[in-house]
Amino acid sequence: MMNIATGNPAAAATAGTAALAQRYYRRFAPVERVMHSALMLTFVGCALSGLPLLYSDKPWAATLARLLGGFESAGIIHRICAFVMIVVFVSHVVLVFARAFAGKGVLSILWGPDSMVPQPQDAIDVWNNFKWFLGRGPQPQFDRWTYWEKFDYWAVFWGMFIIGGSGLLLWFPVFFSMFIPGWMFNIAALVHGEEALLAAGFIFTFHFFNGHVRPAKFPMDVVIFTGRISEHELKGERGVEYARLAREGRLAEKETTPPAEEARWFGWVVGGTALALGIVAIFLIVYSVFK
Amino acid sequence: MKPTIIMRAAGAVLCAALAFAVHAKPNAAAPAAAASPNDTCLMCHSAADAKGPDGRSIAVDGAKFATSVHGSVNLKCTDCHTDASADKIPHADKLKPVNCASCHDKAVKEYGATVHATSRKGGNTVAATCIDCHGKHDILRAKDPASRTSHANVEATCSRCHGDEATMVKGKLPNGNVAGKFHDSIHGKALQGAARGSAPTCTNCHGAHSILAKSNEGSRTHRAQVVATCGTCHEAEREAWTKGMHGKLQQAGMLAAPECADCHSAHSIQQHDKPTFQTAVIDQCGNCHSEYLSTYRDTFHGQVTALGYAQMATCASCHGAHEVLPASNPASKVSKQNRLATCQKCHAKAGPNFASFDPHASRHDKARDPFYYYAAKFMELLLLGVFSFFGVHTVFWLYREVREKFGSGRRDERQ
Repeated sequence: MMNIATGNPAAAATAGTAALAQRYYRRFAPVERVMHSALMLTFVGCALSGLPLLYSDKPWAATLARLLGGFESAGIIHRICAFVMIVVFVSHVVLVFARAFAGKGVLSILWGPDSMVPQPQDAIDVWNNFKWFLGRGPQPQFDRWTYWEKFDYWAVFWGMFIIGGSGLLLWFPVFFSMFIPGWMFNIAALVHGEEALLAAGFIFTFHFFNGHVRPAKFPMDVVIFTGRISEHELKGERGVEYARLAREGRLAEKETTPPAEEARWFGWVVGGTALALGIVAIFLIVYSVFK
Repeated sequence: MKPTIIMRAAGAVLCAALAFAVHAKPNAAAPAAAASPNDTCLMCHSAADAKGPDGRSIAVDGAKFATSVHGSVNLKCTDCHTDASADKIPHADKLKPVNCASCHDKAVKEYGATVHATSRKGGNTVAATCIDCHGKHDILRAKDPASRTSHANVEATCSRCHGDEATMVKGKLPNGNVAGKFHDSIHGKALQGAARGSAPTCTNCHGAHSILAKSNEGSRTHRAQVVATCGTCHEAEREAWTKGMHGKLQQAGMLAAPECADCHSAHSIQQHDKPTFQTAVIDQCGNCHSEYLSTYRDTFHGQVTALGYAQMATCASCHGAHEVLPASNPASKVSKQNRLATCQKCHAKAGPNFASFDPHASRHDKARDPFYYYAAKFMELLLLGVFSFFGVHTVFWLYREVREKFGSGRRDERQ
């Protein structure tokens, strides 16, 4: 019961008696939490409304299309989700630049602990993490963004261009064909489906595992929904960041209130639902690929 | 009130006496009502439960016979049952089968060549003879709406065997329940509706006394004849097919070239503008054009129709149906000259670039679509790379965390 109340059983259990007196640090701003939720919901919406086409020859595809109200209505859901997702994406890019200009300058986007750009340390982290997996080294400590989080991030970036771009071509083919040759629509249709398979296959397995459900986080890491990371987790997994913040004297600036009850519940219920739908989608994909 | 055996015997005696009286007084004026020699036969055969020595029913409904086509021309029982005679009663226990050919020699001769007759000769004991379709003592002219062979009743008559499970099994009837399929088809439905007078029934396609197996070259349902048979009603479609590639191939001697039934089926024909037919017929095209079906299924058009929605382009939307011609033919709907106009049927404002989309691009055909081919290769490698790396990464990670959390020699974090 305490697990549910604290929102993170692993953290709560590990911290033991300290659980009730945890310090929390801010990891995600409210706008970032909203964006992740919007991205999550629209992604699941796009995936579920697009899957019937990708596997149109399987009996479940027609059933799913009917559940969504037929292919026209599935198409409308797909486009609404796609539109919102593009809005989220563009807002994010604007936000990144706005923050950079207001703060540490544009270069901070490209370099430093707050940058999402892969850096030499990430390659070292991959190596050390594999060593830890195989029992040949200690668990590496990370700074603010781990290499797999950066991969997730850039996968979305790449995916937005590939799926979003090809999706727009397919949405308005008559308009775009005024400028580009017909074969590009063939490519668009191909990469839209393949990249969608990659994205769904990645998010619904590796991202879920890495970010939310691996044994250390099981059954669900809700930091992205609450925006707050416990001191225990920050020290235990992101020791480099903790040490850096301590060194820079910014720990106090980052310290915040414990996660709000509503945010935790939102993470559990809505995040959990997205997780469940994603797992259903993965089951359907795997079933179709190997049948 | 049912007649008792005594009443029946009394009646028989009375009739016999009357008959005797008539015969005994040849010079007397013949009484009109009692003149039929059939009455003699009916003395024994009229009772509804009359049975022969072997227990089989020998009942004949005299009134029904009187109104039948044979009764209306005053045929005598002995005209058909030639080895029975009113002079020798009772007749032999077992009479010879009736020979319809003694009058209907032409029809019986035709019947001799039919699939029914040849099957029967081949030992199939359920194959239809004259009486199975026409009845026995109650035969009516086909023109009579009440006849078993009237336009309205043919379907029910054929269904007695071709829609009857036991007969289908016993006679090994081809194609199963064709009567049931036909009943639900567009033709079968039309027969139940306002067009019942003109809609085709079994005999319109198969003939009556000329029903031949479809493998027989003379059959109306032989591959080379089907178009002519359907074309008796569907003239425009026959014309279009004849000018189209499929018709040309058949005329060039390719018997496998599709005829009507290959796309529409024979007995399950559906209305052509129904989504169920429009989406199902795509697979019929694919029976021969499998490569094109597979590439079509990779497109949005093909995916939506595979889900059962016919609002998207099917094969026929672009290629036409009966008039289908290869793209190399300038008259084809998908020829270079006509392609854009074909796209514009749905995409009204489409321009030339739009029409250069390849609706049958193949990820395996480097020569046809080089960009598409390499894009597909790239995506395959990308998927393989990402899933392989993270697959291994995740399995190792899971192994480590399970060891950390539950493994021996570790601190128990759960307390």
